[in-house]
Amino acid sequence: MSITREDVLHLATLSNISIAEDEIEPLKQKLGDIVGYISQLDELDTEGVEPTYQCFDMKNVWREDEIEDFEAKREDLLALTKECEDHQIKVPKVL
Amino acid sequence: MRIANQTTKAVDLVREALDKAKKFEDYHCFISMNEARALEKAREIDEKIARGEEVGRLAGVPYALKDNYLSPDGVTTAAAKMLDNFPAPITATAVKRIEAEGAIMIGRSNLDAYAHGSSTENSYFGPTKNAVDPTRVAGGSSGGSAVAVALGIVEFALGSDTGGSIRQPASYNGVYGIKPTYGTVSRYGVVAMASSTDTMGCFAQNADDVNLVMDVMAGKDAKDSTTLEKFWQPNLPETKGKKIGLISDFMGDGVDAEVAQGVKDYAAKLQKAGYEVEEVSIPMLKYGLAIYYIVQPAEVASNLSRYDGVRYGLRSEKAQDLDSLYQETRNEGFMPENKRRILIGNYVLSSGYFDAYYLKAQKARTLLIDAYRKTFEKFDALLCPVAPAPAFKFGEKTEDPLTMYMEDVMSVPQSLAGLPSISVPAGTTKNGLPIGAQLSAWRGNDQMLLSIAKAVEELS
Repeated sequence: MSITREDVLHLATLSNISIAEDEIEPLKQKLGDIVGYISQLDELDTEGVEPTYQCFDMKNVWREDEIEDFEAKREDLLALTKECEDHQIKVPKVL
Repeated sequence: MRIANQTTKAVDLVREALDKAKKFEDYHCFISMNEARALEKAREIDEKIARGEEVGRLAGVPYALKDNYLSPDGVTTAAAKMLDNFPAPITATAVKRIEAEGAIMIGRSNLDAYAHGSSTENSYFGPTKNAVDPTRVAGGSSGGSAVAVALGIVEFALGSDTGGSIRQPASYNGVYGIKPTYGTVSRYGVVAMASSTDTMGCFAQNADDVNLVMDVMAGKDAKDSTTLEKFWQPNLPETKGKKIGLISDFMGDGVDAEVAQGVKDYAAKLQKAGYEVEEVSIPMLKYGLAIYYIVQPAEVASNLSRYDGVRYGLRSEKAQDLDSLYQETRNEGFMPENKRRILIGNYVLSSGYFDAYYLKAQKARTLLIDAYRKTFEKFDALLCPVAPAPAFKFGEKTEDPLTMYMEDVMSVPQSLAGLPSISVPAGTTKNGLPIGAQLSAWRGNDQMLLSIAKAVEELS
């Protein structure tokens, strides 16, 4: 299984990571090696087997819809942002 | 473990640990120290003892905290540039629990950024050196914690293990490490890697100390719905006569001869200590690594999507608009290995490949768990090496990610199945490098493993 230049660029877009031109070739090769390795699962017959997404057969865990005191204060959380005005987080233009 | 009391002062224990941390600074176990707060806590405990008050089961015991557990007074970095100035607004449940029993964090220990790696070379702050041979890697991702315990700076340290990140560095440095049953300890407040296999455990110098720390940390937490009701007991169970399977699939090709011999010698000790040992083959195990390197990157890609430069952490100066804010921040804030895992994760999850990789892997995971279930009908525990070879030299495996992934071949199957697994010292190579033996069991039998390890300890 090989990974193309277009694959790398597409994955970078899906991942929201900008990738420099000189990173593309090494990524192509390294990701290709990894995909080659994981493709060995093809030899396994998994017909009719149920997938395991998590080990314990858990279902939704419900709780009462009650407000809990969260240890972090609103100001502490907003202080973690780079730019903030009137309790609103500022970001650069969207379009 | 030395615990503070009328004669042993917490302040002395903490000072001693801080002095040793300074003495071994070159090893780079720590990303940041917590000196002032540690001494202040120690004084509080000594005052309580002087007044005859209750001080807890870990009173005054200094420990190292893997820097992916959110903790107060300082920054939690996950060894990533993304978080190099992140003062944690909450505290991890595990940290709250051990500190409530009087343990004192002296510093935050080094790791591969976001716990992605098997050598601690992927840390944004530089690698940690092996405790026995400083020209070699510490193992990873919890390398700093393992080395801090191995050098005797602290008597225990916390780590996280998603596919071997506690067990492998424990084996590389000759200390005990435990990856408990999935759900034993709350993941709340620990930087998420792969949520379906992330577990919280510890390092120590003997089975009893591991048991004590785990007993304090284990149990249900409303903030992590995957936590199990507490099954941990204060004392280790009696296990004489248990039947242990030596996994033949992990003793042959590709395994260093001295490592295999170390594990065989450990098997002989188990027999001497009153256990039955028999070889067993589990052919499904050879697919563990391929399953893991699909499931784990998929979960990593999802968990790391939160680092967008908006609410916390790094924000790129290069951002022109919202899209470039995300893209440039993530380019600057992640290490190359973080990016590779995110890209692979999005590859196996993307339309057209989902069925062939992600779904296929989760089905194969079911077959792997079935294989374990059948094996544990005949055996109580399983024995194999922790990693195929002892600690390697710096730079030896950084160029080829796949070679680094091979480090995890013997530790990821248990993670995928949610099984408890411990790494115990099993002698050294001719050159003095530590060898680790790995004991695993069915879910919930964590303490059986510690009891077995303790029986071997008591032989010598």
